[in-house]
Amino acid sequence: MSETVATARKISDLANPTRFIALADKLVPWLAALTLIVLAVGLYMSFAAPEDYQQGTTVRIMYIHVPFAWLAMMCYTIMSVAALGTLVWRHPLADVALKSAAPIGAVFTALALITGSIWGKPMWGTWWVWDARLTSVFVLFLIYLGIIALTRAMEDPTRAARAAAVMTLVGFINIPIIKFSVDWWNTLHQSASVVRMGGPAIDPSMLWPLLVMALGFTLLFFTLHLMSMRTELWRRRVRTMRQLAARRAEARA
Amino acid sequence: MLALFVREVRLGVRAGGGALTGVLFFLAVIATVPFAIGPDLNLLARIGPAILWIGALLASLLGLDRLFQADREDGSLDLIILSTDRFSLVLAVITKCLAHWVTGVLPLVIAAPLLGVLLNMTPEGIGATTLTLLVGTPAITFIGAAGAAVAVALPRGGVLISVLILPLVIPVLIFGVSASYGAVAEPDPFLPPFLMLTALTLFLAVVGPVAAALSLRWASD
Repeated sequence: MSETVATARKISDLANPTRFIALADKLVPWLAALTLIVLAVGLYMSFAAPEDYQQGTTVRIMYIHVPFAWLAMMCYTIMSVAALGTLVWRHPLADVALKSAAPIGAVFTALALITGSIWGKPMWGTWWVWDARLTSVFVLFLIYLGIIALTRAMEDPTRAARAAAVMTLVGFINIPIIKFSVDWWNTLHQSASVVRMGGPAIDPSMLWPLLVMALGFTLLFFTLHLMSMRTELWRRRVRTMRQLAARRAEARA
Repeated sequence: MLALFVREVRLGVRAGGGALTGVLFFLAVIATVPFAIGPDLNLLARIGPAILWIGALLASLLGLDRLFQADREDGSLDLIILSTDRFSLVLAVITKCLAHWVTGVLPLVIAAPLLGVLLNMTPEGIGATTLTLLVGTPAITFIGAAGAAVAVALPRGGVLISVLILPLVIPVLIFGVSASYGAVAEPDPFLPPFLMLTALTLFLAVVGPVAAALSLRWASD
């Protein structure tokens, strides 16, 4: 058997919900433990990092705010890939991934907005400004809420999956707008200082805690995502069993 | 496609004064604003373009849920989907959008100058706002078609369509209002935001119908 066939088999194995649940059962404890360790190290590093000479200790909010914002966008990107998986390859787990990622992404977006405004109050002197970056992230939050409402509005999971997938792909227009909003419109929010041409513009003593925290929250995202996908699969199985039981009871009566 | 367009326009005009209801709603929204913020004519003149845009946006969201639902109820939506291939379904959606715009939204654009006078706007301001509404409102209808197609199977999809569509039409609102202000306030330019608005309409005219056709085809089987 050639290698490509073997990998193709692995991916199609994953499409089987029972195998996926078994794999998730095995992975989740390890991922959760790793998340805890990395987040603990990251928290220690961010409190050990030097204070900013202008912002003082409030700069530490950055160590959670920036990972939250990155994850809000990464989560939407993953949802868009899952939407492609539903529409193009009809992968049976893709819509489970989309549906269970949406609430997690909404929470990360809300946390990014909240931590940002807590930082903005002492630094900018206001909780909120209608700046391009803030507004586009707020729009992302609204899109998340719309998708969550849509996935829960329909009875039939397959139909809800297709509708949510189309809507997710349309909403993906917003992601590049968020990324480049600080470059296109010269607004209050500072421009990118980690991922940019010519290397990071941030001192290594602050960059490392940030990267460790970002890694920790990414691990947290994958742990939560696997857990909620598993829960969603169980929920669907229970629903199917209930329908079968009802049909059987009807046939007997 | 022309036959479909004529049919849709006829249905839109004759079916229970849908267009008139939209205009009435627009009028009601505009009339509510002075009550809320006080009858200060200078203030009203300054925020006039924004009020007209918000009113038109809400009024054009109002009728979107009927875009596909009536056809779904009498079964003609299934006929349209079955009798067309993938590409002509997109064309059919565009035709339906244009017909919906002509019957439901164009009256709003025509009514806008009159309401602008009520808000004490200058003639240039009224002209610019009407022009931006004329160019910008098709974008709302086109992207609204995607929302209407997604929610077509829902019994009460109207509110959900608005929730899904509003985040996506915010750029249209931003550029429409800033172009209207550009024509009145001296330092702000008119042409750049107006061209951005035109580009947005053309972009959404592609994205909206394609997404709508996709989800209509999948919702039917």
